[in-house]
Amino acid sequence: MEITININGSDHTADVEPRRLLVDHIRTGAGLTGTHIGCDTTSCGVCTVLVDGAPVKSCTMLAVQADGRSVTTVEGLKTADGLHPVQQAFSDEHGLQCGFCTPAMMLVGAALIADNPDPSDDEVRWAISGNLCRCTGYMNIVKAVQAAAAAAAASNGSDGDS
Amino acid sequence: MLPAQFDYIAASSVEEAIAAKAEGGDETRFLAGGQSLLPMMKLRFATPSKLVDVNRIAGLDAIEHRNGHLHVGALVRHADIAASGEVSGAVASAAPWIADPLVRNLGTMCGSVAHCDPEGDWNTVLLATGAEVVAQGPSGSRTIAIGDFVQDFFTNSLNDDEMVVALHIPVPSGRSGGAYQKLERKVGDYATVGVAAHLELAADGTISAAGVAMTSVAPINRKATEAEAVLVGNAPSAELFAEAGAAASSAADPRDDVRGSARWKRQVVAAFTQRALAAAAEQARS
Repeated sequence: MEITININGSDHTADVEPRRLLVDHIRTGAGLTGTHIGCDTTSCGVCTVLVDGAPVKSCTMLAVQADGRSVTTVEGLKTADGLHPVQQAFSDEHGLQCGFCTPAMMLVGAALIADNPDPSDDEVRWAISGNLCRCTGYMNIVKAVQAAAAAAAASNGSDGDS
Repeated sequence: MLPAQFDYIAASSVEEAIAAKAEGGDETRFLAGGQSLLPMMKLRFATPSKLVDVNRIAGLDAIEHRNGHLHVGALVRHADIAASGEVSGAVASAAPWIADPLVRNLGTMCGSVAHCDPEGDWNTVLLATGAEVVAQGPSGSRTIAIGDFVQDFFTNSLNDDEMVVALHIPVPSGRSGGAYQKLERKVGDYATVGVAAHLELAADGTISAAGVAMTSVAPINRKATEAEAVLVGNAPSAELFAEAGAAASSAADPRDDVRGSARWKRQVVAAFTQRALAAAAEQARS
């Protein structure tokens, strides 16, 4: 079945079997390996991508379900101006150890701050509660998301002034 | 993991979806959120020959008040319910505790209800609130009381050619309240124990209607009619709620498992019933 998915701003057309999972399609079909496969049983959240802006587990969605929709992977966070605030903040705040859960954590963080420009500790913890970090580096992940929110708010503010 | 092969159609109307289901029968499954079905297919516990994707059907995402009930369409996601200003009582209380935030963005309430997993939370909430399931088939639609809909372990009372198109959850005109209490080992785990309570108060402050139901402590989501009988006609009080908790605890039939002993789960049922009833009564009085 032929499907077209807008991945990180570019249309990607391919002929896929209905049973192909979105995560396989992103990694093997589109060659974007920043989206990881962890448990493959809807438990760990490392395969998180944004579908029309909402974080979902791409191991638990068929590629054909994403036909005509927009998918953002970690590769799509970076803009022409440089790193996304959440990427810069994960670097600055040591929001990662082994890095395996990081693409998912950053996408969930980016989706959260798009909705909530000043999330509390509890709100960040609630938002990432479907994502496991086996390094247990949650403290710095929470700090990084909050730092990203502050940086995004500051840069939005300065855009508004100029 | 890859599911076994299947044919796929993306239906553009309920009629088209039902026709495809009628043709395929038991081997054809509807795909809405897919958060239970796809994991089962990946593990090959489910090997449907055809999937009828209903996600592109317009008009199934309504969550609104209609004729004294809350109407929840087949494509309303758990996250939509958690974010909706239209919901109250036990439904509003349970919504944030369904699975995890990522699953809530895709999974649907109707799909979860139709799945009839005895460890699922929604059917407990619907048993306590006295909801109805709206099933549509080739010759029209019918409503099924949730108690008749939930037949057994992963078994509902739909015919092979019927689709759950909506849920109708009663919204009492008088004073009412409800709550859901859930114990989970970690986010996204099934309930170790869940209890839903719903109370309606008469003008004199006594309980005119009560609903109590339990998750994960019986082979199916179990309505605790024994506890409801204790409550109706009496004035809300801590002593009454303790008595109802004891009745629910006796009605529960939990098992020893990795999540805890049966004896301890019965104690949790008693405590959760009291807490859920206290929260429901406070809401009803305010």
